[in-house]
Amino acid sequence: MAEILIPKITPPATAATAAKSAAPLIEIENISLFYGASKALKNISLKLDEKVVTAFIGPSGCGKSTLLRCLNRMNDLIDNVRIEGAIKIGGHDIYSPDVDVIELRKRVGMVFQKSNPFPKSIYENVAYGLRLHGVKNRGELDAAVEKSLRQSALWDEVKDRLHSSALGLSGGQQQRLCIARAIAIRPEIILMDEPASALDPIATTRVEELILELKKDFTIVIVTHNMQQAARISDQTAFFYIGELIEFDATGKIFTNPAKKQTEDYVTGRFG
Amino acid sequence: MNTVTAPEYLPDTPSSSPTMRHFRAEKFDFWSFFFSGLTGLATLFILGILATILLNIIVNGWSGLSWHFVSTIPKKDFFDIHTTGVLPMIVGTTFRVIVMTIFVIPVGVITAIYLTEYASNTSIITRIIRAAVNNLAGVPSIVFGLFGLGFFINFIGKNLDVVLHNTNAVWGQPALIWASLTLAVMTLPVVIVATEESLKAIPPGLREASLALGATKLETILKIVLPQALPGIMTGGILAVSRAAGEVAPILFTGVAYYMASLPSHLSDQFMDLGYHVFVLSTQSPNIDQTRPILYATVLVLLILTFALNIVAILIRARVRKKLRALG
Repeated sequence: MAEILIPKITPPATAATAAKSAAPLIEIENISLFYGASKALKNISLKLDEKVVTAFIGPSGCGKSTLLRCLNRMNDLIDNVRIEGAIKIGGHDIYSPDVDVIELRKRVGMVFQKSNPFPKSIYENVAYGLRLHGVKNRGELDAAVEKSLRQSALWDEVKDRLHSSALGLSGGQQQRLCIARAIAIRPEIILMDEPASALDPIATTRVEELILELKKDFTIVIVTHNMQQAARISDQTAFFYIGELIEFDATGKIFTNPAKKQTEDYVTGRFG
Repeated sequence: MNTVTAPEYLPDTPSSSPTMRHFRAEKFDFWSFFFSGLTGLATLFILGILATILLNIIVNGWSGLSWHFVSTIPKKDFFDIHTTGVLPMIVGTTFRVIVMTIFVIPVGVITAIYLTEYASNTSIITRIIRAAVNNLAGVPSIVFGLFGLGFFINFIGKNLDVVLHNTNAVWGQPALIWASLTLAVMTLPVVIVATEESLKAIPPGLREASLALGATKLETILKIVLPQALPGIMTGGILAVSRAAGEVAPILFTGVAYYMASLPSHLSDQFMDLGYHVFVLSTQSPNIDQTRPILYATVLVLLILTFALNIVAILIRARVRKKLRALG
C-alpha cells in the first residue's frame, strides 16, 4: 500500500500573493487528456500557488471542468479516459502509480456544480468525511462539525437543527453545507466546479464571500461561467478555449489588459 | 363601453387566419374518442375480472372461515368442514416464504450490486449474467421444482447426510429448507432487477460527493448507495413474496406434504402448504359438494395471508422511506 506521498506543505512565506511563495503548490505539466480518441485537453501547463484563488474561465466544452477533475483524479471514474503529462501537488506526481487516490482526495476536496448533500442530517453530512478517515470521538466530531459550519457561514442558520435532514435546507444553504463537508476533513486544496451556477444572486454573493474567507486557509481552484464572479473573487485567471490554455495571468490583467485577442473577446463578451 | 383595439404594432391576426386554425379543436375527433374509450374499457375489464375473482372467493369462503378453522391442526381426514382446520398450512406457507426471503434478498442484492457497480456493462460476462437472469425469469415454475429435487435434495442434501454421517435421510429428502431455496432461486430475478433499478436511480452526484471526500467505492456503496436503495430493494422483496406465496409447482417435489400430524419445527421437516392444500382438496375429495366450502375458505385464507405478508413488508418499507426522508 502506498504511503502518504504528498508531504505537508510548509507554511507560505508571507501574505498570499502568487509570486511570493517559494514553490508552487500545484504544477500542471504538459497535461493532455483523451476521451477515447478525442483530445479534450491539449498540452496544458500551469503553476498554481498556495492560498491563492485561481479561476478557470472559458466557453462550455473548453475543458476547464475536465482539468479541474484531473486535480483530484475524479476522471479516473470515467471509462476510456487517458491522461498524458504530470500533475504535481507539493512536488509529487499524483498520477504516479504508487499514489493513494483516497489520500489524494482527502487533501484535495471538491465542491460540485449541483449541490449534492447526502440524504442524511446536517451533522452527518459534515461528519461523513471525518468518520471515513477514522474520527470516532464524539467531542472531536462535534468540534470539527461546528468549526466547519462556522467557517462556511452556515452555523447560525443551522445550529438548532443539526440533526434534521440536510435536504430541508435551501439551495444556497445546501451548497454551503457541501463546502462545509469538503473543508471538514481539512484539505489543502478545494476544487469548485461552478459552485454558484445554480444559485440565486443573494446565495451566490454569500458563496463568493465565503470563498474570499476560505482563501485564508485553503488553496482554491474555481471553474466559473460568470466573468464578474471570476473578477470579484480570484487572484489569477486561466482562460481556456477548446482544450487549450490561451492565457494565464493575474485576474486584474486578464480582465483589463489581456495579452491575447481571444481572451479580450471572451471577457468583453464578444464571443462565448 | 370602450372597445379595446389592438395596438397598431401587433400583427393583425384574425381568428380565421390559416395559421391559427390548426390550434382549434372544432371538429369531433373520432380517433381520440375511440382510443381513450378503448383504454378505459381495457382498464375496466381488468378491474372487473379481479373484482369477480375476489368477490367469488370472499362470498363463498366467508361462511367457512372461523377461529376454529384457522387454529386447528386437522386429522388426516380433512374433508369435513366441522372438524378440519388449516393451521399447519398457514404455518408452512408463512415459514417457506420467510426462509425464502432470508436467502433471496442477500444473494439478489449482492448480484445486483456486482452488475451495476462493478461489472463493466460491455463485457461478455456481464451480458451472459444479464441474459441468464432474464431467462431465469422465464423458466416455468415446475422446472424449478425439478431443479430443486435434483440439485438441492439429491445432490446437496444427500451429500450433506453423507458428510454428517446421518444413517437415515435427514437432509436428503424433501424439506422446508429445500422448498424455500427452490423458491429463492425462482424469485431471484425479481429481486435482482428491482435492486438494479433502485441502484441506478441514485443520483451520480451522491456517489461523486462521497468519493471526492476520500471514500472508497465499497464505503460509498455501503454508506450512501445501499441505504438510499433500501426501499427499492424492499419492493423487490415484496414482489418476490407475492410471487412465491401462491406458487405450488416449485415445492411439489421439494418439501410439501399431503399430511403432517404436527407443525414443522425444523428446517429439515416437511410441511403442509395452503396452495398445495387447495389442490389436494379439489382433487382428492370423496365428495366435491361437501368439500367446496372448505376449498373456498382455504383459498380465502391464502389470499388473506399473501395480503398480510405484503402489508407487513409495505409497512416496513414505508417506515424506512420515512426515516430516509427525515434523517437517513
